[in-house]
Amino acid sequence: MQNVPVVEAHHLCIDYFLGNRWVNAIRDVSLIIQPLEIHGLVGESGSGKSTLALALMRYLAKNARISSGEIRLDGSDLLGRSEREMSDIWGRQLSLVPQDPLAALNPSYRVGDQIAEISQRHDGLPRRAAWKRAVEMLERVRIADPEAVARKYPHQLSGGMQQRVTIAMALSTRPRLLVLDEPTTALDVTTEASILDLFRDLIHENQAAALYVSHNLGVIAQMCDRVTVLYAGEVMASGPITELYGSPVHPYTISLLASIPQPVGGTETRLPTIDGLAPSLADRPSGCTFAPRCPVAQDLCHAEKPPLEVIHDGQWVKCHRWREIATGSLTPLTTPIEVQANSAAPEDDQYVLNGNGLDKRFGQLSWWSHLRRQSGSVQALDDVTVRVRRHSTLGLVGESGSGKTTLARCIVGLETADDGDLTLLDLPISRVLAERPQDARRALQMVFQNPNDTLNPYHTIGQALSRTLRRLSAVTLSEEQIQSRVRELLDMVRLPTDYINRYPGELSGGEKQRAAIARAFATQPELVIADEPTSALDVSVQAVILNLLKDLRAAGNASYIFISHDLRAVGYLADWLMVMYLGQVVEEGTLDQVYSSPSHPYTEVLISAIPIPDPQIKQGRICLDGDIPSAANVPAGCRFHTRCPRKIGMICEQQEPPWQDASDGHRIRCHIPPDELAQLQSAASAQPLERR
Amino acid sequence: MARYLLRRSALLIVTLFITSLIIFALTQLVPGDVARLILGRDASPEALQALREEFGLNKPAPEQYTNWLMGFVSGDWGRSFTGGNQQVRPLVIERVGNSLRLAAMTLAISVPLSVALGVIAALKENTWLDSLISVFSLSVVGLPEFVTGLVLINGVALGVRSLGLPATAAVPDNTLASWVNQLILPSLTATFVLLGYISRLTRAGVLDELKKPYVRTAALKGLKPRTVIVKHVLRNALLPTITVIALSFGWLVGGLVVIESVYNYPGLGALIVDAAKKKNLFVLQASVMVTVFFLAFANLIADILYAVFNPRIRLE
Repeated sequence: MQNVPVVEAHHLCIDYFLGNRWVNAIRDVSLIIQPLEIHGLVGESGSGKSTLALALMRYLAKNARISSGEIRLDGSDLLGRSEREMSDIWGRQLSLVPQDPLAALNPSYRVGDQIAEISQRHDGLPRRAAWKRAVEMLERVRIADPEAVARKYPHQLSGGMQQRVTIAMALSTRPRLLVLDEPTTALDVTTEASILDLFRDLIHENQAAALYVSHNLGVIAQMCDRVTVLYAGEVMASGPITELYGSPVHPYTISLLASIPQPVGGTETRLPTIDGLAPSLADRPSGCTFAPRCPVAQDLCHAEKPPLEVIHDGQWVKCHRWREIATGSLTPLTTPIEVQANSAAPEDDQYVLNGNGLDKRFGQLSWWSHLRRQSGSVQALDDVTVRVRRHSTLGLVGESGSGKTTLARCIVGLETADDGDLTLLDLPISRVLAERPQDARRALQMVFQNPNDTLNPYHTIGQALSRTLRRLSAVTLSEEQIQSRVRELLDMVRLPTDYINRYPGELSGGEKQRAAIARAFATQPELVIADEPTSALDVSVQAVILNLLKDLRAAGNASYIFISHDLRAVGYLADWLMVMYLGQVVEEGTLDQVYSSPSHPYTEVLISAIPIPDPQIKQGRICLDGDIPSAANVPAGCRFHTRCPRKIGMICEQQEPPWQDASDGHRIRCHIPPDELAQLQSAASAQPLERR
Repeated sequence: MARYLLRRSALLIVTLFITSLIIFALTQLVPGDVARLILGRDASPEALQALREEFGLNKPAPEQYTNWLMGFVSGDWGRSFTGGNQQVRPLVIERVGNSLRLAAMTLAISVPLSVALGVIAALKENTWLDSLISVFSLSVVGLPEFVTGLVLINGVALGVRSLGLPATAAVPDNTLASWVNQLILPSLTATFVLLGYISRLTRAGVLDELKKPYVRTAALKGLKPRTVIVKHVLRNALLPTITVIALSFGWLVGGLVVIESVYNYPGLGALIVDAAKKKNLFVLQASVMVTVFFLAFANLIADILYAVFNPRIRLE
């Protein structure tokens, strides 16, 4: 049995019926997963990685078909099976852990019943025994109170708990292959870290093989033994993880790895990027699929498809020029031209924005609920002080629920802070948007997370931009001036001029975000708040957007507040960081100060939770117990004490910690003195975020 | 949940109160003297005056309203102006009973039929069967009840005599045969009205749910396709349908005016029309109040059922 792979696919082709014809989506893909192996499948959106992963389970969308190739499970053919035979295999030998656990669970049944269903179906257990087994499974995925959780409905659980439930489901039989389809993408970093640890343990415990699908190169590096890189439905490279990451030979792999942002802060370093867009399924190039975007493509690459060549045993690559790359005579990276800074470095004493003592409560208590002593209100911001220096970038980090988005919305005026003062360029401005002068509105602009939702689908890009100009410009512009300014803006975000007449639906995600950035910059704002502007985007597109933001900062006048849960992306842009937890700032300082010790225990956890995209570094992660507490029920004393790995005692539970000065300007809100924290943290095995 | 029910019940009472005001105002606004309408053009002034005094019609409007309201609340719904001045309450209650019978029969036919058609159409999306169901349900919705009613009477009751179905519907006694015999044609007529709505809604609901990832999860658990559909998909897909069914119950009790007229069935709808025509004030007031009660009640039931079947609502 040792030599029979758990799953093998040979020359698999999958088509979709689109419009009125079959379009090839997965082209000649072969994939072999050995027993006990965790095989990574990396690719950007549209690369077909989910289609391929589900096809390996022989699950296809209604409009898809496997047009050629073969799939074997433990050596026996899978494609020839009937539906009925497949239903015996699904859930017993092949299990799926889905991407979005809330959507993947039936909202109308208790999670215990949904897990029990599998043992009822496959092991023939009666209801009661199956329920008991479900509770056992919940215990195995380290849920503290499995009996109670089993009786809950999916919407009553947090994202991390929901994902644990789907894992319990997938493992309640002893599956031969576990397919994990972006299982942590929808989760916070801290939750992701604990789920990843759980996966690793359970997969080994269960003696299963796994296919791990992700676009996150860090997660893949930490989880997988081997990895296959998919681009536009074709395998570009495949091999053991250390070799693929350590000495990549395919230009696409190299570019992807290089486009992961590094914490370089205010410096003018740019990320290497991949130009252009992935081809649409319908018109893929006849030569190498990657050739149109490849920095080292030659005539041969455009003319002829490269074969999948064996580099050495177990490592493949599909590139005409891999030998040149392997010997080091060719470096396939595009580094964009740096834009010359026309403005000075951050000015220390001049602030664009000053916010003092900002408070925000949601769900104000009415007189009626006061009377009934109900607590339903949520303290989203508690006495937050925020300052942004001119020409600098403030990075705002924290888990979801930490209040970082609320802070941003209170600053631009989308929400009205309940208390506190705001000054813009030393002039006080009202907390209420309607009471702010036109100039203040012009000066504060925002770029939102999801570009699909922020552009009106019925307005062309030109209309969206000119409308902003018309409404917010300091001076009245003539129609011609507006049109020329719109062209300037498109040029600035590097969109072709003919995009003026395009609708958002005709743009890719990255292009839409560029249009949204152009809109924010239309009226020469003083401060642009970018709320997770790249987290809905692919790695390669993220690099382009991050570079663009950096270029605009260098070329213009604007300062940024950059919000993200991704500490890498924040570190790439920001020079000053604020870490938020449950509506409070717990640490602030320069990039270097926050990234190195001493740092607040929460920051320490956040940094250690980021999966490092280097398989050589085995991370000593600090995992948090449980989820972020509800903001409606903030813990007394230090808010972090319920999860803090460095809690020192009753003082943490009873007294709110003071601000302590670590070094110039670097402040930590913790009971442990900064030098003690530094000692503790240097003693710990936790790896600091590596810097290249 | 208890608090929610209490609040909704209070709202129901407010609704009824406002309705009663509107009905009363309307009867005051409609031209024509009730006493003369009842006694005829040749009645003597004395007789008219006596009748007005007997029913309290000579008092100022606010007083008339308060008197009626106090009476209604305490169970004295007044007397009819016509037909031997019988008590209104037993009359209305009898008619409500008749209407409930017809409503029950209609639901028994229309719910399984239209839900089944909707589910089949969804599972066979974009096939000839789907199209056939769509065309059928939409075309019967398009036809007014008096057309479908007359077609059924002439085509079935009179056309196929061997079936022995009556052309007019009487109140059935307590045997199944009598229920089917008397009520099948009017129920079918009402079913045709509901069929389109319920089946289209069911179809849309099922199609919506089929796209959701939990269906894939269920299939990949290895569950049989039938279990996936019945246990997982329908459980969620029928939520909006349940609401519409509950709402249509209110309409079935008080709103079948046309169908009751076509089949000459003594239901509540027919009573309202009759009372309105004759300005039979107390009968009109009472029967409209009861109708509104059933509509509001059905609304409440719809919301409760939705919450009961939907844990996301029930457990906030």
